[in-house]
Amino acid sequence: MNYVGIDMGSTCTKVIVMDESQKIIFHKVMPTGWNCIETAQSILEMLEEQGIKREQFKCVATGYGRISVPYMDKAITEISCHGKGACYLFGEKDFTVIDIGGQDTKVIEIAGGAVKNFNMNDKCSAGTGKFLEIMAATLGLGLNDLCELSRESKNHIVISSMCTVFAESEVVSLIGRGTEKADIAYAVVESIVNKVHGQLGKIAPKNSVVRLTGGLCEAPYIIEAMSKKLDTEVKSDPMARYAGAIGAALYATAIK
Amino acid sequence: MEQQLPKNFEAYAEGRKNGFLKIKSVKESGRNVAGYFCTFAPLEIFDAANVLAVSLCGMSGETIPDAETELPKNICPLVKSSYGFALAEKCPYTYYADMIVGETTCDAKKKMYERLGKLKDMYVMQLPQGVDEAYAKPMMVKEVKLLAKYVEKKFGVTITDEALRKAAVKRNEYRHALVELMELQTEVPAPVPSVQLYKFMDSIKFNFDLDAAIASVHELVAKIKAEKAPKENEKRIMVTGCPIGGVLDKVVGAIENNGGRVVCYENCSGIKATRCYVDTDAPDIYEALADAYMKIGCSVMTPNPRRMENIPNLVNEFKVDGIIDVTLQTCHTYMIETRAVRKLCEGIGKPYMSLETDYSHSDDGQIDTRIAAFLETI
Repeated sequence: MNYVGIDMGSTCTKVIVMDESQKIIFHKVMPTGWNCIETAQSILEMLEEQGIKREQFKCVATGYGRISVPYMDKAITEISCHGKGACYLFGEKDFTVIDIGGQDTKVIEIAGGAVKNFNMNDKCSAGTGKFLEIMAATLGLGLNDLCELSRESKNHIVISSMCTVFAESEVVSLIGRGTEKADIAYAVVESIVNKVHGQLGKIAPKNSVVRLTGGLCEAPYIIEAMSKKLDTEVKSDPMARYAGAIGAALYATAIK
Repeated sequence: MEQQLPKNFEAYAEGRKNGFLKIKSVKESGRNVAGYFCTFAPLEIFDAANVLAVSLCGMSGETIPDAETELPKNICPLVKSSYGFALAEKCPYTYYADMIVGETTCDAKKKMYERLGKLKDMYVMQLPQGVDEAYAKPMMVKEVKLLAKYVEKKFGVTITDEALRKAAVKRNEYRHALVELMELQTEVPAPVPSVQLYKFMDSIKFNFDLDAAIASVHELVAKIKAEKAPKENEKRIMVTGCPIGGVLDKVVGAIENNGGRVVCYENCSGIKATRCYVDTDAPDIYEALADAYMKIGCSVMTPNPRRMENIPNLVNEFKVDGIIDVTLQTCHTYMIETRAVRKLCEGIGKPYMSLETDYSHSDDGQIDTRIAAFLETI
């Protein structure tokens, strides 16, 4: 029997397959697209190509599209899945997970290997991956380029708008004023880091061990900036974008 | 006396039309009507003056765009909705109210009442916000008396102490009936579905005959007791925080759909204010009224010890598994208190989550995920 975890996020869908010993035997990330059901179908086909047939696996779906996976055995929220997945990845039991997702940024406090507390960003996109993505596009940069360019900033400026739409026009007017791209990139990253800091402060205990999951797990500058702001060493892992899917696959192992 | 209908009456949906016609006939029968918003309004005064006291609408996002033509966008949806209903003439009770009573609770409400005063005869009671100060009670007594005087003058009636005491006895009876209904949820499993319980408690406010209202609460209690209790024991949730009438389906619906059951509504229309009985044997009935209404643990009070005392007791009484603190966007007082309530819940070892939302549907999915995730952690 195999165990499949599908994390259907607002931007990307992540798939994990585990074997009986909970070892990851397959992983894949793909754009979610506009039709979750079609995406789910293509995952099924992809798994078959890998020789993983539907009757040979249990499946847990998570993420905002979790109920749109027609063949899942169970839907579990991304909070629980990210918590469980992060415990697996980092081999820790008491820590705080920051997951910067496409539409939600989640802070999850883990105690004794279980979710104790969590919060998510307000309903606007401030502090999410979407915010970063739109700002990068406005600057004509890729996501990783934006993060790395921030390092070169010499004048630390601030973007005051929390709202993505207003922040975008703020960025446009900065560009118009001839502000250095690196300075704007710095301000964009700071804005995210500050938002996460505020969110973290609402629940996590002081001096908590912090781990980053989600799409920014391989953005070293974000991790550095966050470590500085939170005054603790934030760590991530290249597989941390799969944390939700890993958690889902682990939950699938419990399905009878 | 013949009463006018609002100019857009014909365009209204059936339910709203009926609401208008119902209260119109009450007015035409010669009865005066007073609208109230909040549980702080001492309804006994109106009962004693034979003035019909009706709860006013503020629970739908429909009239928010109307309100935003005059009020700022970034204030609480309940305040905007209430004002919008008055402005758009869409709430039958606001429309036909001879007077409206409001209290100095939160800032948005206070200042909205100033605007509402331009549209209606608006009477504002000044609440003492330091409830435990020595001068709070004399002030509250004075305020209840001032309201009584205003009502007497407005409607040309006399409110005798005797009538007031009688009214308090009746209101207590009504409160006891409602509390008996709420207390059914102390049972394991809790017998009443969450949304249904709230909707009943809300709709009963629009039964204009208090005796009939009491009878129908008793009837429901008897019916639930006679029915077989549900077998499944769902996760037992307490809802605290802001009034939730405007987000009932979004929040309580999601609790129900994800395997939870609200066993205790601690917030405004729930047990908090309903258990504030009036001591009808007290030598001074005005003092008794003041005492009762000052017991409401609302976050506009500072400090607000009642809420913090109540929550742990209710958690025990209703065998609560988890607490969901619902705040409406920009409700500063409840939002700031979430931190204190979280600490309190951690102290008694109960899972806690605060949710901030408004009357729109834009966050339905996120609220559902949060509630599902919270219930998964219990």
